[in-house]
Amino acid sequence: MRGGLIELASTGMWVPEKVLTNADLERMVDTTDEWITERTGIKERRIAGDDMTAVEMGYRAGKAAVADAGLEPADVDAIIVSTATPDRLLPATACDIQARLEARDAVAFDVWGACSGWLYAINIGSGLILSEQAETVLCVATEKMSAIVDWTDRATCVLFGDAAGATVLRRSGGNGHGILSTYMRSDGTLAELLYRSPLDSGSVPVDVAELAVRDGYLRMAGREVFKNAVRSMCEAVDAVLEKAGVTKDEIDLLVPHQANIRIIEATARYAGLSMDRVWVNVDRYGNTSSATIPVALHEAREAGRIEEGSLVLMVTFGAGLTWAGMLIRW
Amino acid sequence: MADIESRVRDIIVTELGVEPSKVTPEASFVEDLGADSLDTVELVMAFEEEFGIEIPDEDAEKMETVGDAIKYLTEKEGA
Repeated sequence: MRGGLIELASTGMWVPEKVLTNADLERMVDTTDEWITERTGIKERRIAGDDMTAVEMGYRAGKAAVADAGLEPADVDAIIVSTATPDRLLPATACDIQARLEARDAVAFDVWGACSGWLYAINIGSGLILSEQAETVLCVATEKMSAIVDWTDRATCVLFGDAAGATVLRRSGGNGHGILSTYMRSDGTLAELLYRSPLDSGSVPVDVAELAVRDGYLRMAGREVFKNAVRSMCEAVDAVLEKAGVTKDEIDLLVPHQANIRIIEATARYAGLSMDRVWVNVDRYGNTSSATIPVALHEAREAGRIEEGSLVLMVTFGAGLTWAGMLIRW
Repeated sequence: MADIESRVRDIIVTELGVEPSKVTPEASFVEDLGADSLDTVELVMAFEEEFGIEIPDEDAEKMETVGDAIKYLTEKEGA
C-alpha cells in the first residue's frame, strides 16, 4: 500500500431555485420568523419541487465537481453517495447517478451515515485510493429533506432544506496538501433521538413494533440532540487535531455541519474557536443533512475563505447517532 | 472553591447574560430571566460541565427556577 495524502481535488453543488422563507412558513404552521430565527438562525431554505429527484440533484452536483476537477465522468473509478432521502431503496442512488453521468467504468454504492454520511463517504473513498483500488473517486451528498419532513410539525419542518454537494478525491500532488486526519464514531444506543419512522407500506421489515407512528417522517428529540451534537462535534475537533498534531490556533476555517446556529456557536465556544473562523450558511439553506458540508466548502472556496494551503476543519453530527471530523490542508 | 450556590449563580449570569441581582432563588429561567428552550439546554450543559455530572432530560425539565437548580445540584454534589 502506497502512502501519501488524498486531496479534495474539486467541489460542486446544486440547490433548487425555490426559496421558502420563514414568512412563508408562518402561513403554513403556527410559528413566527422571530421564533425560528432566535432558535435556529435559519431565515430561508431551498425546496425542490415534486419533479426533482435526489438522483437528479446529486447528478448535477456531481457533474459540477467532476468538471471543477478538470475531468470527464469517464475518468471516475468510484461513485460514493450519501443520502437519507433516496428516490427508491433499490438500486443504490449512486447507481442511478452513475447512469446519468455515464461513468461506465466506475463502481457505485451508497453510504448511510445521515448528516455524517458525506465525511464517511470521503473516508471510504480515501481508503479505496490508498489501497490502490481506485484513482478518482466522486463523493456526492444529495438530500431532498422536503420529502421526509412532516409539514404539519412546526418543531421539525422549519429546520430542513434540500441541497446536493460533491467533491472529487485524488492522490495529492504533494507538499503536505490533502486529508491530514479523520475521526468517525457512532452510538446506536441513541438512535431514538433522531430517526425517520418506517412506512407501513415500506419494503424493509423493521423491528420497531413499539413505534406508534409509521408515517415515513423525520422525528427528533431536540434538546437531547442539541446536547449530543455539541459534545460529539467538540470531541471530533479534539480528536482530529490531536491525530494530526495541529493546534486550534492554526485552523483557518471551521466548516461545521449546518443544523442550527446555536449548535454551531456552542460548538465553536466549547472548542475554543472564534466565530470569525467559522463558516455559516445555515441562515440561507437550513439543515440539508449530509449536503451541508460540501455546499459550505464550495461556497467558502468561491468566497475566497478557502485557498491553497488553508487548514480546514470539518465536523459533523447526525442520526445514528453518528459523528465525524476531518482535517484538510487544502 | 466557591460554594455550590455561588457557582450556580455565576453560570446563570454568564450563560443567560443577566444582572446578578436578578438571579434570586424564586426567579424562573423562562419567565423572569428570559431563557428560551435552547438557553435552558445550554444552561444544563454548563452545569454538567462545571459539576462533572450527567443531568438526564427528565430532571432538567423539572428545573424551572434558580432555586430548583441549586437544590438539585446540591443534592447531586452531596450524593
